[in-house]
Amino acid sequence: MPRGREGTTLISDSALEPVLAVRNLCVEYTTRAGSVHAVSDVSFDIFPHETLGLVGESGCGKTATCLAILGLLRAPGGKVTGGEVIFRGADLTRLTAKAFRRLRGRDVSMILQESVSALNPVATIGRQIDEAIKVHNRKLPRAERRAAVLELLHQVGIPQPSLRYNRYPHELSGGMRQRVMIAISIANRPSLLIADEPTTALDVTIQAQIVDVLKHVQRQSHASTLLVTHDLGLVSQTADRVIVMYAGSIVETGDVMTIFGSPRHPYTVGLHQSVPRLSGATERLTPIPGQPPSLLGEHTGCPFQPRCFLSRNRRRCLDEAPALREIGTVGHTVACHFAEELNPSTDNHRTASRDG
Amino acid sequence: MDEGTTTVSKANVEVLRLEGIVKHFPISQGVFRRTAGAIRAVDGVDLDIESGETVGLVGESGCGKSTLARLALRVLQPTSGHIVLEGQDITALSSRQMRPYRRNVQMVFQDPYTSLNPGMTVEAIVSEPFRVHRQHMSSTKVAELLRLVGLSPAHRNRYPHEFSGGQRQRIGIARAVALNPRLLILDEPVSALDVSIQAQILNLLMDLQEQLGMTYLMIAHDLAVVRHVSTRVAVMYLGKIVELGPRDEIYARPSHPYTQALLSAVPPESPTERDTRSRIVLQGDPPNPANPPSGCRFRTRCWKAQAICATEEPLLINRGAQHLTACHFADVGSVGPQGTPDQR
Repeated sequence: MPRGREGTTLISDSALEPVLAVRNLCVEYTTRAGSVHAVSDVSFDIFPHETLGLVGESGCGKTATCLAILGLLRAPGGKVTGGEVIFRGADLTRLTAKAFRRLRGRDVSMILQESVSALNPVATIGRQIDEAIKVHNRKLPRAERRAAVLELLHQVGIPQPSLRYNRYPHELSGGMRQRVMIAISIANRPSLLIADEPTTALDVTIQAQIVDVLKHVQRQSHASTLLVTHDLGLVSQTADRVIVMYAGSIVETGDVMTIFGSPRHPYTVGLHQSVPRLSGATERLTPIPGQPPSLLGEHTGCPFQPRCFLSRNRRRCLDEAPALREIGTVGHTVACHFAEELNPSTDNHRTASRDG
Repeated sequence: MDEGTTTVSKANVEVLRLEGIVKHFPISQGVFRRTAGAIRAVDGVDLDIESGETVGLVGESGCGKSTLARLALRVLQPTSGHIVLEGQDITALSSRQMRPYRRNVQMVFQDPYTSLNPGMTVEAIVSEPFRVHRQHMSSTKVAELLRLVGLSPAHRNRYPHEFSGGQRQRIGIARAVALNPRLLILDEPVSALDVSIQAQILNLLMDLQEQLGMTYLMIAHDLAVVRHVSTRVAVMYLGKIVELGPRDEIYARPSHPYTQALLSAVPPESPTERDTRSRIVLQGDPPNPANPPSGCRFRTRCWKAQAICATEEPLLINRGAQHLTACHFADVGSVGPQGTPDQR
């Protein structure tokens, strides 16, 4: 499995055709108070076999991005107002509802956070996985589908699959339900898996199990994964490349070593500093002051400026929204006018000094 | 507050003592709701909390940590055992007799969205404890409280929906500290907040503890958060404390297999460690608390389990340095999570 861990493999990866290319995506929600710019001008690629981590806090636009990719934004108010999502040569934002139904669950599928609300409480788990297969393979005989379901249950580590087939979601624990969700999402061997906070609702020991299941199915199915989470620890353990979002825009991208070892956006640095650690001295945390901005209406300047320790109210931060630009190594981009002032060698953030 | 030990040494006055606390919730069945067994949410817990310290209570969902907190508040009545608050046994007091003690133990809730009354202004919320205890609440006191938690006194006439999650949690904290309680129970105070806001609230809680000299019992599932604020840590599993000790002891030398597994399950902070670090991935889920395993409750998921674990329940024994473990095969000495066997 090619991994973008070292700079070299990353370059060879980028020579490949991306599985999914998001270009200048904009998503707006219409509310009574006005339109909310949930996602503004977001572009990224996902390459074959890679795990791309999408990190950010609530309201930063990470879920809206996923929903736009999956064509699930049609719910009242939310719509794609610009940009394209290219998957296998086609622009998904222009797909009809019918065409999307054929694609969703077969080529692109999603693992949701809340397994309790995502599973049908009155259908057995076997039937729910079976349904996912049946929808896309009408002609497959029942016995073959059943065999496939049992194989999937086995793959996600559910013991005694034939016994569990007839169980209802409420009879399973949270970790087991999450395994069922994963089984459903990989039932048709999709080329792209979108995992939205797949472990957030689970306990630590169960989280570790689910991360292993995810890695295992990914190795077996060769699917690319878009891992959406706020959990930096999870990203550091599973992602090859990382995208950091803030207030609807991408503020930094790079391979996982760069984002954790030498982040160059003040927001990424701030995130690292606000997390308490399991080792080392328990010094006072350095929070990011203030709160994320409201995304209502139009804004000028850098969205992070009011909370930024680097800006010091400089004219440029107030007037001009910084564009993503490459900095240092290949594939490391950052949207900050003054990113060079954060010198990665004389680090003031803790991550680099904490290794080992 | 950089060194946890400094606060402990201030005074060794006991604030709260839980003695053999048991809480069973009966399960009723059938048309006549007859009792068929019980959920043993808390099944024999002894815990002392001394003035000025922060006891962190960790464990997975369903292990009884929230029930224990509610028992300490005496919102729930224990099935058996004693709750002693500042030397006074409050287990059997009536709700009227309880009233003067209530002000000494307050709580901060997990969800800042549901724990504030949406119809009340910030001023009404923060001054409610004074009304309940029939005390005069001046408007300068409200302003002082709001400033104390990092809000502007100008916010006093606003409603909860006008605030963000972090600000609401500050309002909840202001309400909890309004009466200057001795003991503050924090039930997952930052788990509903974003990382950047989490750090603000953790700093606030630690500052308040120093300023007001409060004692904390903090429940959290995030082991890094618990390590950051606690002076002592108690690990619960299926209604029992399985390990208890000073913070640095627990994190550097976990001796109960469950604690070792919990700590090793936390993703390391740096991607450089991701394939090198050994991990213990526990198999299966916690057993049903209505029907816990015989002997040691952890034995069904434990890689060290032997015959004795099924027959004899391990006692919570002091293994030196105030470090207590309930395990027949506890690692004693300098065994950290790195030294434990890799289960994969």
